[in-house]
Amino acid sequence: MADAYIYDAVRTPRGRGKKDGALHEITALSLATQVLEALRDRNTLDTGHLDDVVLGCVSPVGEQGADIARTAVLNADYAQTTAGVQINRFCASGLEACNMAAAKVMTGEAEMAIGGGVESMSRVPMGSDGGAWPLDPSSAFKTYFTPQGIGADLIATLHGFSRDDVDAYAVESQKRAATAWSENRFARSIVPVRDQLGLPILARDEHMRPDATMQSLGALNPSFAVPGEMAFDSVATQRYPQVERVRHVHHAGNSSGIVDGAAGVLFGTREAGEAMGLKPRARVRGMASIGSEPSIMLTGPSLVTEKLLGRLGMRVDDIDLYELNEAFASVVLRMMQALDIPHEKMNVNGGAIAMGHPLGATGAMILGTVLDELERSDKETALVTLCVGAGMGTATVIERV
Amino acid sequence: MKNFAIETGEDGVALVTFDVPGRSMNTLTAEVLRELGEVVQTVRTDGAIKGAVIASGKQSGFCAGADLTELGGSLALGEDAGDAERAVLFETVYALNTLFRSLETCGKPLVAAIAGVALGGGFELALACHARVVADNPKIQLGLPESKVGLLPGAGGTQRLPRLVGAARALPLMLEGKSMSPQDALKLGVVHAVVPAGELLDAARALVGKTEPVAPWDRKDFRIPGGGPFTPATAQVFIMGNAMLRRQSFGNYPAQINLMRAVYEGLQVPIDAGLRIESRYFAKTLLTPQAKAMIRTLFLSMDQLGRGAARPKVEQTFAPKKVAVLGAGMMGAGIAYVQAMAGIPTVLIDVSQEAAEKGVGYTRKLLDKAVSRGTMAQDRAQAVLALITPSADYAQVEGSDLVVEAVFESRDLKAETTRRAEAYLAQDAIFGSNTSTLPITGLAEASKRPEKFIGIHFFSPVDRMGLVEIIMGERTSEETLACAVDYVMKIRKTPIVVNDSRGFYTSRCFGTFIQEGMELLTDGIAPAIIDNVGRATGMPRGPLEMHDDVALDLSLKIRQQTRRDMGDAFVPTASDPIIEKMVTELKRYGRKNGRGFYDYAEDGGKTLWPGLAELVPVTQADADAALVDEIRRRLLYRQAVEAARCMEEGVVTDARSADVGAILGWGFAPWTGGPISMIDGIGAVRFVAECDALAQRFGPRFTPPQSLRDMAASGRSFYASGVDGRKAA
Repeated sequence: MADAYIYDAVRTPRGRGKKDGALHEITALSLATQVLEALRDRNTLDTGHLDDVVLGCVSPVGEQGADIARTAVLNADYAQTTAGVQINRFCASGLEACNMAAAKVMTGEAEMAIGGGVESMSRVPMGSDGGAWPLDPSSAFKTYFTPQGIGADLIATLHGFSRDDVDAYAVESQKRAATAWSENRFARSIVPVRDQLGLPILARDEHMRPDATMQSLGALNPSFAVPGEMAFDSVATQRYPQVERVRHVHHAGNSSGIVDGAAGVLFGTREAGEAMGLKPRARVRGMASIGSEPSIMLTGPSLVTEKLLGRLGMRVDDIDLYELNEAFASVVLRMMQALDIPHEKMNVNGGAIAMGHPLGATGAMILGTVLDELERSDKETALVTLCVGAGMGTATVIERV
Repeated sequence: MKNFAIETGEDGVALVTFDVPGRSMNTLTAEVLRELGEVVQTVRTDGAIKGAVIASGKQSGFCAGADLTELGGSLALGEDAGDAERAVLFETVYALNTLFRSLETCGKPLVAAIAGVALGGGFELALACHARVVADNPKIQLGLPESKVGLLPGAGGTQRLPRLVGAARALPLMLEGKSMSPQDALKLGVVHAVVPAGELLDAARALVGKTEPVAPWDRKDFRIPGGGPFTPATAQVFIMGNAMLRRQSFGNYPAQINLMRAVYEGLQVPIDAGLRIESRYFAKTLLTPQAKAMIRTLFLSMDQLGRGAARPKVEQTFAPKKVAVLGAGMMGAGIAYVQAMAGIPTVLIDVSQEAAEKGVGYTRKLLDKAVSRGTMAQDRAQAVLALITPSADYAQVEGSDLVVEAVFESRDLKAETTRRAEAYLAQDAIFGSNTSTLPITGLAEASKRPEKFIGIHFFSPVDRMGLVEIIMGERTSEETLACAVDYVMKIRKTPIVVNDSRGFYTSRCFGTFIQEGMELLTDGIAPAIIDNVGRATGMPRGPLEMHDDVALDLSLKIRQQTRRDMGDAFVPTASDPIIEKMVTELKRYGRKNGRGFYDYAEDGGKTLWPGLAELVPVTQADADAALVDEIRRRLLYRQAVEAARCMEEGVVTDARSADVGAILGWGFAPWTGGPISMIDGIGAVRFVAECDALAQRFGPRFTPPQSLRDMAASGRSFYASGVDGRKAA
């Protein structure tokens, strides 16, 4: 099997996912298109040799529906022969898209392929695509469905993370993101979004709250106490009877932000890169997905990491940098606890608590982020992973070449 | 036709009168349904008929629904039924939907005129009409109570009600089985008009001319109120609804889950497909052991016992003209209340006039509440209150047909009370002792006429608990038993009859639930796991919190009494020293002093007492599926084994009484239909094997009685072996 190399990675800045967010007046198609244009133009790609574009998108309805990947390929004036496919692995869609693009390269299905994702959460709200899981009594009952926030609070309860613990993690995430921006650590990946007239409309992540403190976060009410009390805490304790009471510790300030954005990563064989005069930046060492207990939902990252490292014959220590999507603070605290990963190796430039989580795009964004950081700090290997709805985890290990 | 009469007026409106001969209430028997088909045919084809009013010829009401006693054939199949059997079952249950749908699509307006109760299939019949008019009487109940007996509406209710009022309003009504008053139904939009009773038929006739013979859901522009499952508001209804249903049911009730499924799936397709889906889920529910057990115990057995199934054949009916209640504490006060509500003149006697009057205050409080809520008229409340005479004078016992002694649970005190009361009691009067633990034969020793002495065990709070456990002493006569059963029926409670034994039937079996909780605790299982799994079994509370509610000091007292009574035969348990330490040293008495296994906050909340872990170290802090399953079986099987022992020992001789008594008496998981039904549902062979395995690991308390082994060997079951026929007491 061929090796899959990463040649480039770009992302848009993330706009606040509300009506007053900077990217609310930019279509999802435009976000995806600008990412594809940037990848082509930065690398002077001959898209006639680019076989496929795989884009993650979690609410693929409305303007994000009907295969937005192919629509974006056409809208970006790629060669007509470049195919496009939209995929959905919930929060890991962006990374899964990259894994699929890499797999296409490895198996010889593609010489070059793009993996990425797009989500305009302000324009196509979460949940717009419906879905049977929580609604259909058959699946909801069988799996003890609870919303993610309840799962995050349950993780904190089960593994002993206090409100202070999760708030402290959030404050640190904000600090790290602010430092990263102030030191221009994201410069290589960021593609400012341009408006209909072609003028820059957003060049910097909009969601950050660098001034967040323990005191300011402490003033926020837990978000899931009310639905928990109504019914979901009981569902959680029926599934986890060792828990007397779910402690609600998560709120808007220590959970991932709702934002708009898009990202893309260019994969190819060594030969294809050479033919286009491109220099590989990293090699994909392996990738994996796993299913985990769906009710608590968010415990996949450490499980998929163990699965992938095991298959690659690597130990936790062999990874220089970890990037785990900050869906909720407890998810990251739990993975560090479970695998004994020092905070110095984890999300060194902050994450979604500070900068936001554009569902379908995040996986591709943080793959680019960690690649930039490997180069900046001159390290070798990194593992990227995300927790996933309905109890899954997806991970990728890359190494510099 | 025997059940329907059609009379067409000059206005072309046919009055269809529904009146099942020889029954007090209209139900949807097989014959009724056959004839209803003929009615539809006539209305459809008779050119002189422009439309019809369907009304009941009975004072008792419109229609109480399907005749559950006729479900026998459909209940014969189990979940192992093959495709051919399932197909036949579907056709059987779907026939009802086809019939009602033919009403709805007959092309002429049909108006239901409802003068009395319309429940279940009766209400569904009305829903299949194009309009509904109801008499303005707040006592009329309208609704779909099927889920209370382990079923779901199967005659279109799950499809028509949500299409009429939206899923958000329809789901709670059906899941909880709550009935509506006519005014509630009008506000909800379920009925078209509420009119004075005398104007009902005229109003219905008038409505025929104004009604289009097309159901809303058969119109092209039909929209489900609130939208289908994938509109934002209704999506939330299902997401929250599924979780709330799990919170309440712990997933133990397939009928309710299937009801949710029928609504969720049915609202996404046209009505005809929705009705097919409903029938499939109805049939699927009939196959479950829960439906069979719940129908039997909660409907059939409850009904039979409520009509005196446990009464021996004694000609004369006992109708007490005066009953003395001795002891005006919480139990006595409650007994006086239920007697007065049943119209029985009552003397309530305690040590002082003040104490007796305090007991009457209980009744006054309940009556005031009823009046302020508008459920009782002021003059009726006064009449009820006037029936109770408080007194400190035992001479007032004179002239009573029955004495109910409800003094403190002490042998000496009860003996003295018996002697004092009997001094004034007529020779043929009955003496009933309300006790939950003291053997009746022993108490009867204080009586001059032990054949007239009987145990009448009420449950607390008396006004809300529907069961009374009647206990036969060794010398109690059949005539006395018949009187006691008559009395219990008169005060509108369900009587079960048991024989004398320590704790009788209910307290003895309930005690095993509490005790198994203690065993789990001393096994090192985390208290949260014990109570969470305890609740999930379908018991009203977990065993530890239940223990707190009973009171730990009371529990200790009972253990100490048992030790004294049993002498060398007493078997100490690992939990005895824990309870002793909690009560005597730590003064943790349970909920009553705010400190037990839990700490109780002022606002009513509670959290596990952190000190418990020091007293009983936790060795099992995590719960996997296997452990949960084992705890679940320990808690339920322990009680069921005890119930089976009670059957073998003749403490309880009737499976129906054992099952109804368990559910009404100590809240045994209703989804099982009771402990005996549960054993039958599992099968004696498997139950014995599982109990033997539990006995091997946890001790002989799980060892099944010989009669169960015999049952397993011969392939019999309790209900199929005639064990429910009363043996001589």
